[in-house]
Amino acid sequence: MVNIRINGTPYTVEDGMTIMEAAYEAGVDIPHLCYLKDVNEIGACRLCCVEVEGENKLIPACDNVVTEDMSIITNSPRVRQASRTNLELIMSRHDGTCTTCVRSGNCQLQNLCIDFSLDVDLYEKHYAPEKKLQWKRDFPLIRDNNKCVKCMRCVQICDKVQSMKIWDTLGTGSHTRVGVFDGRSIHHTDCTLCGQCITHCPVGALRARDDTDRVIEAISDPDIVTVFQIAPAIRTAWGEPFGLIPRHATVNRLCGCLKQMGADYVFDTSFTADLTIMEEANEFLVRLEKGDLEKYPMFTSCCPGWIRFIKKQFPELVPQLSTSKSPQQMFGAVMKSYFAEKIGVDPSKIFTVSIMPCVAKKGECDMDSMKSAMGANDVDVVLTTREVTRLLKKEHIPAARVADQPFDQLMAEYSGAGVIFGTTGGVMEAALRTAYFKFMGENPPADLFEEVNGFSPREKYPWVEKEFELKGQKLRIAVVNTLGHARAVCEAILREEVKYDFVEVMACPGGCSGGGGQPINTEDEERAFSRGIYLHELDKEMELRFSHENREVAKLYEDYLGHPLSERAEELLHVEHSLEFNY
Amino acid sequence: MARLQIEAPGMLHQAYQQFADHVTRKVQATPRGVCPVDLTLNALRMSHVESCGKCTPCRIGLAQLAELIEEVLDGAGEEDSIKKIEQLANVIRDTADCAIGYEAANLVINSLKFFREDYERHIVKADCLYTMDNAIPCAAICPAHVDVPGYIALTRAGRCEDAVRLIRRDNPFPAVCGYVCEHPCEDHCRRAMVDAPINICGIKRYAVDHAGDIPTPQCAADTGKRIAVVGGGPGGLTAAYFSRLMGHSVTVYEQRKKLGGMLRYGIPDYRLPQDILDKDIQYILDTGIDVKMDVNVGEDVTIEELKKEYDAVYVSIGAHDDKKLCIEGEDGKGVLSAVAMLRAVGEGDRMDLTGKHVVVIGGGNVAMDATRTSLRLGADSVTTVYRRRIADMTALPVEIEEAQAEGAHIITLHAPDHIELDEKGEVAALWAQPQIISSVTADGRTSVRAADAELVRIPCDVIVVAIGQAINAGHLEPGGIETERGVIKADLSTFVPDSGNVFAGGDAVSGPATVIRAIAAGKVAARNIDEFLGFDHRITVDVDIPAPDLSNKPACGRVTLKGRHISHIAGDFDLVDEGMSDQEMEQECGRCLRCDHFGLGIFKGGRIREW
Repeated sequence: MVNIRINGTPYTVEDGMTIMEAAYEAGVDIPHLCYLKDVNEIGACRLCCVEVEGENKLIPACDNVVTEDMSIITNSPRVRQASRTNLELIMSRHDGTCTTCVRSGNCQLQNLCIDFSLDVDLYEKHYAPEKKLQWKRDFPLIRDNNKCVKCMRCVQICDKVQSMKIWDTLGTGSHTRVGVFDGRSIHHTDCTLCGQCITHCPVGALRARDDTDRVIEAISDPDIVTVFQIAPAIRTAWGEPFGLIPRHATVNRLCGCLKQMGADYVFDTSFTADLTIMEEANEFLVRLEKGDLEKYPMFTSCCPGWIRFIKKQFPELVPQLSTSKSPQQMFGAVMKSYFAEKIGVDPSKIFTVSIMPCVAKKGECDMDSMKSAMGANDVDVVLTTREVTRLLKKEHIPAARVADQPFDQLMAEYSGAGVIFGTTGGVMEAALRTAYFKFMGENPPADLFEEVNGFSPREKYPWVEKEFELKGQKLRIAVVNTLGHARAVCEAILREEVKYDFVEVMACPGGCSGGGGQPINTEDEERAFSRGIYLHELDKEMELRFSHENREVAKLYEDYLGHPLSERAEELLHVEHSLEFNY
Repeated sequence: MARLQIEAPGMLHQAYQQFADHVTRKVQATPRGVCPVDLTLNALRMSHVESCGKCTPCRIGLAQLAELIEEVLDGAGEEDSIKKIEQLANVIRDTADCAIGYEAANLVINSLKFFREDYERHIVKADCLYTMDNAIPCAAICPAHVDVPGYIALTRAGRCEDAVRLIRRDNPFPAVCGYVCEHPCEDHCRRAMVDAPINICGIKRYAVDHAGDIPTPQCAADTGKRIAVVGGGPGGLTAAYFSRLMGHSVTVYEQRKKLGGMLRYGIPDYRLPQDILDKDIQYILDTGIDVKMDVNVGEDVTIEELKKEYDAVYVSIGAHDDKKLCIEGEDGKGVLSAVAMLRAVGEGDRMDLTGKHVVVIGGGNVAMDATRTSLRLGADSVTTVYRRRIADMTALPVEIEEAQAEGAHIITLHAPDHIELDEKGEVAALWAQPQIISSVTADGRTSVRAADAELVRIPCDVIVVAIGQAINAGHLEPGGIETERGVIKADLSTFVPDSGNVFAGGDAVSGPATVIRAIAAGKVAARNIDEFLGFDHRITVDVDIPAPDLSNKPACGRVTLKGRHISHIAGDFDLVDEGMSDQEMEQECGRCLRCDHFGLGIFKGGRIREW
């Protein structure tokens, strides 16, 4: 422990803490913009500079560690002037037209300006020239350099957490900017569209393409039947912009909101999560039997960020991907075939919208291989969680006052196993529950495989690895989240240092609940894990815990698909993974 | 007031001078990678400040030139922007009345010549080709990329063993480099912006002088691969050391009786004592390297045989041959080559020059070594004759100063014309043609030409020729190793094209260069040989670096090493320079700006922990 003083008051804090962390513990706020704990502690914005007794310069609080007897002043006129001036300087290079900015209301820079009561622009504004702003607006990820504050968080998250190094600083001096490495066009990179740069951007410099207008257009068209699906992870976060806690912002309330807005049908993607398990668990058993997995494991294929990643970074492992489509794409295919048939509507009149915590899903739904039902997209539009809240606001839906609504018939039922798809380890746990049933002919205790969840302690590697024995058959599995760790597991597998039968990968930290499409908070709280825990709570509260017990999934097989891996199932629900890479 | 007054330098004059010094130091320490267009623009603006305003091209032209360049810089340049800049710059160069104007234009013309591609990039893509990815100037410029701020911090913390271990991760010759490295690391030291570069080399010497025993590092598991290294100099031993750490078995072939190459046979003991050299070599050998002494590759064993017997061969022969003056009388008795003389002394054969008058020809470090060695061999007088001026000498300034302090005379601007021999065929005098300093060539060097003056006779008994070295690689050609202009052709990975499994580096490839360049080549070779053999070993060290001070010390002078008092130079081959005292080390280390933590270093391009 270290004894320090902050503004004259003595505190005892832990060794190795930065000044920023120590002040936070002491209940003292130090303004900051670039700082992102553990990821970006580089002292770039200089808003966090404080006085340290005995030092001639001001010291950034984010990247310096407290030492014994350090005396820190955070509120002197010198410190106040310094933060204020640096904030004014940042504003002189920031396009501050907040009213038209997607981040207005949850922008860290806006908050700082309010906190500092910044009034006049003291310094002349100067923006990057037009030429530098060229960015094709059809790309699912959009960068606006005139809003960029050069905090470097996007560079760091992409490099340190996702290991992709798409962003870099370009140029020097006053012309320094952040852009795609080597000055490339984003189209000529391996960008996985994970969207982590967006959710870690403190301002509106990075955002996802907004597709809400296309949805409004479809709803307004009387000839079109709109069919929505809501991904499991949405229920953990969609209420945040409305000030609703997850327990209040239920998935059924969102269903109610969408219905009020004019949606014709609304479903929960957890239904096709159950369907995915039926296909994927059976596929796994078949491939295991066939000896397909002797050298390399089967990988899950639900996460489109991961799919983009493996195609570009480890093409040799692509044959190991499960051929089962993601729940989103299975739903799209089923909506425009089985469902269309059941409700007697021509599939060409059905417009499918999915609400996803994800930016990469916008890429997935546009892939040529995802047009199984009738040549057009199975899923027409993907909205991120942020977009759906924006859409509700646009349509003046008072979410807090809207009542819960049940999902529509035919595909309303879902299991707890489907719900946990939205968090790291969830797909694996759901699959193991059903695999156990297949092997043993009876259900396991529902929580038997709880320890595979992505929150379990890591031992040797930064991923979870477990071994189970079912009727003499050994099953070795691994669960990994973030692309940096996915890279590590792929490398270890190729080096044959580790050997698994089945590996679940989710590109975002904590899985979909920490997805690149989720609401952004200005406190830089990493909420993926608390959201994941909430999904597990919901799972435990449910009566239906096993995908194979979903009666409406069973009926879908009975009425339409036949059985898992049937010809029709293969046609609609599976995909031959090519190296196709759109956008 | 008196009609004439003494013009004492006033406050304003002093302020200008201080300002100019500050700017000069800043420009000198400019980090590599800054945008050349931006740099040009700002240098141009500074030139414009100097304009008196009389003439149109300078007063208005420079402003317009700056606007055009700024447009390019802002990404608003047009297809014909470069042409417009060129045209205007040419007119200013041709019509400006004084150097303030035309030299400003020349700055732009040169910038366009060197960085045209970058101007184009700005115009087409609104981008810069350059980026600052070398946050730590010293480590980035060091050819072996030694972690300089790291070992300075460790030395300061009293952890000299850790400092040396950290250096050895990238360079297995910490002691040698602490004594004789040319320290390019100091050239762009950011501390120069405050006062003067850190004495990095001196701190390294302190660390090695004060480090206790360090256990030999663990080698990776044996790979079963065998590597032959031809030439036991710094480059060869570096490749051997790192290859051994990577788990390969290594055999070094050395033509002489001891290892060290030019370090032993080229650098005199008063600069690098042999026991210091032996310390580094022993540490390297302790990792388990096999050495075959007294073997002449090309004669005793052929490259072909080595290629067959080993999985890979690294050729790192030194530049042990000398260049000839090619003047009359050069074959006379008493004419020596500097390499031969230094080699003989290195081998313990200290010839007696008592009573002799010695002339050394040349201006490089080897010339200074020959000069100072001649003094120590008892020569009555030693005169160094050089074609150009002292400022043009390639020897380190400190070497020149010390040679003069020890009693050598330096005659500059005299080119050797012929050597006068007496009736016995022995050297009687050097005849030299006086020179006049002349134009500056395109590469920035100042040339000389013969002055309108008579030949000058410099009487002497011994002439030592130190005008350059060469390598002798002809005997390797039968082994399929191609040479070009006297050096081996190898690519930047050190691989010798079409040779199958031969790599080469150091003086053998670059021509005579520095110790640290040979070491860097050895490091690169070890890495690439490892990959060639199908491995991906990484070299690292588990040393944690102490945290920096929170803010920096005010401007303070640079500590330099002091020479020892020498009363009788003849026969005194002991080390000349004294290392830093504890007090000096403490102060000098405290000047380090810790670029690994401050500035870009904490973000990117900073510490490299393994290679």
